[in-house]
This record gives sequence, structure tokens and C-alpha cells, in this order.
Amino acid sequence: MSALRILVPVKRVIDYAVKPRVNKAQTGVETAGVKHSMNPFDELSVEESVRIREKKRAPGGVEDICVISAGPTKAQDILRTAMAMGADRGIHVEVKEGEDLEPLSVAKLLKAAVEQQKSNLVFLGKQSIDDDANQTGQMLAGLLGWPQATQASEVTFGEGDMVTVTKEVDGGVETVKAKLPMIITTDLRLNEPRYASLPNIMKAKKKPLEKKTLADFGITGEKRLKTLKVTEPPPRKGGGKVEDVDGLISKLKELGAL
Amino acid sequence: MRLFVRALRPAVRRSLAVSAPRIASGRTAALPAVQIAARPLSTTAPRRDPSLADVAPTPITHFSETEVAMAEAVQKFANDVILPKVRDMDEAEEMDPTIVEQLFEQGIMGVEIPEEYGGAGMNFTAAIVGIEELARVDPSVSVMVDVHNTLVNTAVIRWGSETLKKKYLPKLATNTVGSFCLSEPVSGSDAFALATKATPTENGYKINGSKMWITNSMEAEFFIVFANLKPEQGYKGISAFIVDKGMKGFSIAKKEKKLGIKASSTCVLNFDDVEVPKENLLGQEGQGYKYAIQILNEGRIGIGAQMTGLALGAWENAVKYVWNDRKQFGKLVGEFQGMQHQIAQSYTEIAAARALVYNAARKKEAGEDFVMDAAMAKLYASQVAGRVSGLAVEWMGGMGFVREGLAEKFFRDSKIGAIYEGTSNIQLNTIAKMLQKEYTA
Repeated sequence: MSALRILVPVKRVIDYAVKPRVNKAQTGVETAGVKHSMNPFDELSVEESVRIREKKRAPGGVEDICVISAGPTKAQDILRTAMAMGADRGIHVEVKEGEDLEPLSVAKLLKAAVEQQKSNLVFLGKQSIDDDANQTGQMLAGLLGWPQATQASEVTFGEGDMVTVTKEVDGGVETVKAKLPMIITTDLRLNEPRYASLPNIMKAKKKPLEKKTLADFGITGEKRLKTLKVTEPPPRKGGGKVEDVDGLISKLKELGAL
Repeated sequence: MRLFVRALRPAVRRSLAVSAPRIASGRTAALPAVQIAARPLSTTAPRRDPSLADVAPTPITHFSETEVAMAEAVQKFANDVILPKVRDMDEAEEMDPTIVEQLFEQGIMGVEIPEEYGGAGMNFTAAIVGIEELARVDPSVSVMVDVHNTLVNTAVIRWGSETLKKKYLPKLATNTVGSFCLSEPVSGSDAFALATKATPTENGYKINGSKMWITNSMEAEFFIVFANLKPEQGYKGISAFIVDKGMKGFSIAKKEKKLGIKASSTCVLNFDDVEVPKENLLGQEGQGYKYAIQILNEGRIGIGAQMTGLALGAWENAVKYVWNDRKQFGKLVGEFQGMQHQIAQSYTEIAAARALVYNAARKKEAGEDFVMDAAMAKLYASQVAGRVSGLAVEWMGGMGFVREGLAEKFFRDSKIGAIYEGTSNIQLNTIAKMLQKEYTA
């Protein structure tokens, strides 16, 4: 069984509790002065990686947990958070504010990173909550030619580098099995990410953080998609509350939906 | 590079911080006591590099990386873990033990305890940031953390022997709440009139007396107790001792029922022939009064932060309601000019109070004299907290008055700010005394 070298891509996004607002020019959402934090799905990936090590779930052990983020200088904050949660080191790929990478560019960047870091497991959030693309993990698996298990709700390790991944699907759970190296994307019920404790925040400051550019990975980051317009969803019309299931059924009947 | 320069900046400013000229006559005294605050990002000795002498001072609201991380971590913890329990703890007049446990787990109880003793090894201002963030959600939890960190831990770090530090700091950082026992039935503002006595014994000391208004005493297992070892020498006989909860003769007599910060425990403690081993003397005999003065001067900055956090919490709670929910006469009540002016005035006062609090914290860390700054910060922050939390109740109308939300709780909690760790009148005395000294020819 090979020791795990886990790569965890993390993204700095507008905090999930903040209500995003479309900018005046309708080209995107307001980001200036808005609270940012780590994409919640990426927190799950970091947490799971750290738990695999702490609970010694992988027979070969965990040799390295490396977090990587492409974004403005501020993205280093979330790399530090990930390291405070337990990741060993971080790689920051400087991308200017507003020059966001598309999923394919991110996948290409990660492919290069996987090769450089000799990773054999990549834990990605299934999607980032800013653009909700849900593509990067799948594209990365395609580019690398590795097996992928998406939307994991449970990950277990067996003999001979076999990894079993359970995911929740409509009406039940689906279990898939693959051999390392592989790609796993994480879903909400996988775990509950820890809070970074203050002593660990201080320790994280001493962990190595490499600073790189897209060129270091042979990536240009040119855009293939053009955003035409961003608008707010139409305001919701006020609904009504029903007491119980019977109330709901009679309401639906009343509205002619049943 | 930018970060490097920023990190060095405080050091530079310290070297620039020439003491302001002392002006003997009051006539030309424009700004005599105002000094440039140095802002070290760590407790290590500042480096002095004259080549960076022209680096500009930064605004007082700028935080170091550590302080930003502190604010974010505590904010998240407070909102996710504490907020859902705030109302219940207040009604029950009890601190939820799982919250105490989790505060330890997060390292919030050992902010300034060095890493070698299992703490976070952060700076004083980081602790202040944490106290403020906690008070935005629950001033009761905030004061528990404040007393534990800024009074108890600091006293042990500063005056504890190596034996005491090795024995107690790891516990204080991970599982033992501390309490600071100075006040008595006969000594409040006149702290050094305390009547608790210590008598030397063969192996140490014997403590007799009682303490009152002791914060954290229900949760605490570690008590710093001030007692007079040589009453004939007056306050110069006051010494500090460490008492463990399990020691024979120690008992909690009564738990107070209070107007505010109800979840924070306040008790009367009795000491009946409590035998304390020699090594549990904190620092030196007869130095207790000095320790108490020093630690309470710093502690005031913590209470200031608790009050600015409270004010901010009350203000935010109210403006979210008046700017999003409550409509009258066809528009949001927060859109009426009479409301807007009050809201703006209140926020300005909060910002002013925070500037005082953070300036006092920075001056303390820079090793400058901060006594008057701490007194002003605590005085003004508690006044602002009282005013803003009171207005916030009014802005919210009936919804502010009911015990469903937190508006009325912030209002009740604010009152203690004018009372503990030096009443408002005591702060005014301190400020006036120092001013008079400055302006006396």
C-alpha cells in the first residue's frame, strides 16, 4: 500500500453567510469589502484528509497533505486556515483579483501540480459556491486519466490501494471502488469541519507556503467563456406556512396542484 | 516584501516615539500627553532599523495577521457555537459547561500563554480582539474569557515561579478555569482595605477570610487570592496566593442573582483555615498590591473591549431589524431620518470607543504608560455600551423589549461595565489625578 500524498485544492470565495450583490455594470458580483472565506466544500476536503491521517485510516499512512489555491494574495489567508486545520504545507498561485480561472484552466493547473507534487490522491470540493460549476474534479480526472469518485459522503481505504467511496444519490446511496491514484470530490455530509484552534493558527504560520505563478505550471489562464450578463434572481413572492402534512395536501389541492 | 515592511513598521514607530514634551504651564498645552503609539505585532523586543524611519504610521484599526486570524476564528466560533445558547444560558443563569470545554479546545482560554506551556502564544491585542468578538455575541462568555486570560493567566505568566508556571499554565490553557479574588464585603473600590488574612505556617500559609463578587467562581478550579500577610504594614502586607478548589477550608458560600451577565457566575467565597503550601505564593510577599494594580490596569482594557463588543452586537442586532424587517407608514423604520441620525451617532460613538480601547492596548504592548488610556477606554466604552444598547432596544420597539431576541439582554449586560474592574467614578478619579499631575506647575 502506498503512502498517501494528498493534494487539496482550496478556493477563496465570498462567505456563505453573505448575500451576494450584483455589481452595477452587471458583469459579476460585488467582491470589494465583502467577507471571504474558504469554500465550504473545500473545508470538507481538508478535514477529511486530516482525519484520514489522525485516525490512521489509510493502511499506507499519510505522507503529505498539501493545499493549493489560485487567487489574489488574500488567498493565502485560507491556505493558512487549511494549515491551521492540519494540512502540512501550502502552495499559492498568484492570480490577480478579477482574473478568475475557468474550471478547465484550474484542472490543467492542478494536473501540473499533481505531477510536480507526486500526489496520488486529490480531494476536491465537489463545487465552489461562487460559480457552482461542479466541473474541476471531473476535468482533472479526465486530464490525468485517473478514476474519479464524486460527491463523497464516506471514504474508506482497503488493501492493495483500493478506495471505497459512498455517495448519496436520489433514493439511496451508491458505492464505488477504485484504485489509487484517484480523484475524490466531497459533499456536505462527509464530515463536520473543525474550527482552527488558536495554537494551531500560530503553528500554521510556521508551515511552508510556496508562492508560484501560473507560468510555473505552464498555464496561461486564457478565457474560453464570455460572461454576457449577471442579474439578480427575480424576488421571491411571499409564501404561506402550513401546519402539517394534511395542511400541505389540502393547500396543494386548493391550488389545483394535486 | 510588503508584509515584511509592515511587520517592521511598529518597531520603527517605536523608535520614532519620542516622548512628547512635558509642558509645565497649562497655557500652551496643546496635546501634551499624546504619544505616538507603537504597535508591535509580537511580544518580542522590537527591532530598530533607522533605514525604515520614514515608514508611515498605520491606522489604529489595522490588525496584524495574527489578530485578523483571531477575529475570524472567534467570530465563527461565537456565531456557530455560542449564539444558539445565549438566551437559554441567560434564563438559566448558568454557563453551559460544553461551551467552557469548547473554549479550551479552541485555545481561547490560553491566548497569551506561551506555546511551550500549551497556549497559543499570541499577543495582548489579539486577546483583546477575541474578547470583543465574544462580547458581540455574549458578554457573559466574554467576561469569563477576559478574566481568565487578562487577569489570571497574565498574573501567573508574569509573577509565577517556574514551578508554578509548569504546574498551572498547561492546565489554565487546556482545562482549568481561573478566578481572581480581590474584592471583599469591606473592600471594593477601596481594594486595599481587604480584611482576608494570611498567616505563615511551617510549610506555607494559612488563609482566613471571605471574598465577594468573584467572577468565574462557579466554573473555576484555580483562584488567585489576595490576603494580607502583615496587616500592621497596611496595604504593603498584601500578598497573592494560589488556591486550588480542592483545598480544605475553601467553599463557595453564595451565588449572586444579577441584573445582567447572568450566565457569568459571581459568588461569595469563604476561606476557613485554608492551608496553602509555600510554593503557592505568587511572586513575592508584600507585593500583592502592586500586582493587583498592574493587572487591573490592563484588565480595564479587556473590559473596554467587552463593552465595545457589546455595543457593536447591540447596534448590529437592531439595525438589521430596522433596515430589513420592520416597516411602518409604508417604509422601513430605519429609513426615517430621526432613526438614521441616532444610528449614525451611535456607530460613531462605538468607533470612538474602539479607537480608545485599541490605542490603550497598543500602548500597553509598546511598553508605554497606558494607565490613563486604559481608564479612558473603559470609562467611555462602558458609557457608549449603555447608551447604544439602550437606544437599540428603543429602535426595535416591542421586539427590543421582549426576552425573545437579544436586545434587552445587551442592555442589561451593559450596566456592569460601569461597575466592575473599577467603577466609572474610579476611572474618572484616575484620569483626573493623572491630568492634574501633568498640569501642576
